[in-house]
Amino acid sequence: MLKIKDLHAKIDGKEILRGINLEVKAGEIHAIMGPNGSGKSTLAAVLTGNEAFEVNEGEVEFNGEDLLDMAPEDRAREGLFLSFQYPVEIPGVSMTNFMRTALNEQKKHKGEEPLSASDFLKLMRDRKKLVDIDSDLTNRSVNEGFSGGEKKKNEIFQMAMLDPKLAILDETDSGLDIDALRIVANGVNKLKRSDNATILITHYQRLLDYIEPDYVHVLYKGRIVKSAGKELARELEEKGYDWIKKEFEE
Amino acid sequence: MPEIRFKQTILECIMATEQDKLLEEVTNREYQYGFHTDIEMDMLPKGLDEEVIKEISRRKKEPEFMLEFRLEAYRNWLKMESPDWAHLKIPPIDFQDMIYYAAPKKKPQLESMDEVDPELRATFDKLGIPLDEQKVLAGVAVDAIIDSVSVKTTFRETLAEKGIIFCSISEAIQEYPDLVKKHLGSVVPPGDNFFAALNSAVFSDGSFVFIPKGVRCPMELSSYFRINAMNTGQFERTLIVAEDDSYVSYLEGCTAPMRDENQLHAAVVEIVALDRAEVKYSTVQNWYPGDKNGKGGIFNFVTKRGICKGDYSKISWTQVETGSAITWKYPSCVLMGDHTVGEFYSVALTNNYQQADTGTKMIHLGKNTRSLIVSKGISAGFSQNSYRGLVKVSKRAENARNFSQCDSLLLGDKCGAHTFPYLEINNNSAKVEHEATTSKIGEDQIFYCNQRGIDTENAVGLIVNGYVKEVINQLPMEFAVEAQKLLQISLEGSVG
Ligand SMILES: Nc1ncnc2c1ncn2[C@@H]1O[C@H](COP(=O)(O)OP(=O)(O)OP(=O)(O)O)[C@@H](O)[C@H]1O
Ligand SMILES: [Mg+2]
Repeated sequence: MLKIKDLHAKIDGKEILRGINLEVKAGEIHAIMGPNGSGKSTLAAVLTGNEAFEVNEGEVEFNGEDLLDMAPEDRAREGLFLSFQYPVEIPGVSMTNFMRTALNEQKKHKGEEPLSASDFLKLMRDRKKLVDIDSDLTNRSVNEGFSGGEKKKNEIFQMAMLDPKLAILDETDSGLDIDALRIVANGVNKLKRSDNATILITHYQRLLDYIEPDYVHVLYKGRIVKSAGKELARELEEKGYDWIKKEFEE
Repeated sequence: MPEIRFKQTILECIMATEQDKLLEEVTNREYQYGFHTDIEMDMLPKGLDEEVIKEISRRKKEPEFMLEFRLEAYRNWLKMESPDWAHLKIPPIDFQDMIYYAAPKKKPQLESMDEVDPELRATFDKLGIPLDEQKVLAGVAVDAIIDSVSVKTTFRETLAEKGIIFCSISEAIQEYPDLVKKHLGSVVPPGDNFFAALNSAVFSDGSFVFIPKGVRCPMELSSYFRINAMNTGQFERTLIVAEDDSYVSYLEGCTAPMRDENQLHAAVVEIVALDRAEVKYSTVQNWYPGDKNGKGGIFNFVTKRGICKGDYSKISWTQVETGSAITWKYPSCVLMGDHTVGEFYSVALTNNYQQADTGTKMIHLGKNTRSLIVSKGISAGFSQNSYRGLVKVSKRAENARNFSQCDSLLLGDKCGAHTFPYLEINNNSAKVEHEATTSKIGEDQIFYCNQRGIDTENAVGLIVNGYVKEVINQLPMEFAVEAQKLLQISLEGSVG
């Protein structure tokens, strides 16, 4: 589904990603961990087409297509979704209108008819249940005045609405209370199928207690310096990153 | 009104300049033969003096009081100077180099919609203008396909039954001279300001609305129903009188791009509301703004004022402004009666090199008067957008209340937004609140939309329409949908 080859990216002349290699297949869940500032969010931004970053080397293939060649909105329409670490507020734009526009853009891209108002509202109701989000939130403007946890829940709600092929969740667990964490994790598990995939960016084992990853990668100074099974996350939780840093510096 | 949000459609890209070119072509295709003699017969030479004014009045077969009204205005005008422009950069205007009387030009009559430029039609479709209205705008003979003449007749009959008068001001001067004499100039006196004085001296035509006692006008009165109101030229004059316990909602303008060879437009609108009457005046203004480099474009200097003369009366102005090279416009309310209410809802959008200086004046004279101001400025490109508002509370205006909300939205960093609130409070019981915000459409907001599959053009449309919602909601439904699309089209190409 996703093949990243030797990806380098920089901002303001400073190289942040320094040769990333990663392959994600359909049906898989990958966790990406790593110290603050190691480039996890940058990787997500580059994959989704944020123009603040400049790709100076490497290739990315998404479902057989050249991802880096696509406009950000086309990447989204092709089924790439990012749950933002810091979701943005858009005052005055209702969640309903926002989601309807997004969904219909996706349909148009696929050559499908737009959803009727009643089908759309039915879908909203259905997906709201899945992530247990308050109607009160979806009646408001996009993220406006939402608490940190509510914003994260709203990202997962949007993911449920858009049903992406590949979802990148950037620290969706941070800021969630214990109940919310379980609800969000349940939502992600329910949306998981053999034909989609998930990349979880996280600092904590506790999310991985609910969502079991097939692989865990450690990103450090813009490179993936270690990859292993889910046991790696537990090891990191116990020992921290020092041993990996040491290994890497040698 | 969720329906409106759902109606938002995805617009493809036609650059504004292309639209203008098309319109120019269409409007310039004048009837080749016979038109010339018309011009010779029905046009006065350039320049302005008392003889020209007498000639205008004579050709319009006006009663004596109108000539005096015009002459008084002219003499006032001579003594006045063009206002100090503050934030506007205005090239000098040579008033002797203009023609002050020309019979309305007839657009070429086309046989059917098939003869209209397909791209112009595409623009109309994008704006969602009803087919009937499209025909009027494009100059298609309307009776051929759908009998809109009979629609209009039914419309007139319904109004007449209720005693409502809705006609051109020229017609009103002939038919209802007493009504006109009583109210014309009672809100905007002939010597009010430079452009109002000029308008009073030379106005060519406009609309007249009269709603008698106790009558609620059963439909939105739109100048569209009077086709000739479309061609009233550069000095338009409108007078609306609402008697005791009456109600009317009046719509002016249209969302289709309007082109005119006259660079200067100086209109005057007067509204009189008597006891418990309510007048809603909504306008969408989309005059030619000039090209991307700021060349050409219309200068729009308008005096709009309403007086809440009777107790418990209410006047509310709603405007969406996207056009003109230069706009200078302050719809105002004089709250003379006790318990009267004045409202002003405005969206002013400027792009490229446009300049807008708009706002309102709320003059509290009566007791327990209230006013509300909601102003939303949007600036893009190299444009300058100023809000200028005056709230004045006189000595005897006990318990006056005002709330003003003035927001500015910037797209890019080459444009400017300015807010100038003026307060003159002469009564201690007054409560006046002012809130102002300035925000920018952030790249992060646009990227967030992109990441959900919404392209930049539509993301800007979505964000802008969210920002202006409070004002748009004041417009009648059909107008609101058109206005939203208009805003989006006006911003095409301004981001990304
Ligand atoms: N817009 C920017 N301008 C300059 N430097 C940036 C910018 N965005 C990111 N960086 C830098 O790039 C590096 C990687 O940042 P990134 O946000 O990808 O880290 P992260 O791994 O997601 O960290 P965290 O775990 O704290 O979320 C950091 O040193 C950060 O300061
Ligand atoms: Mg991060």
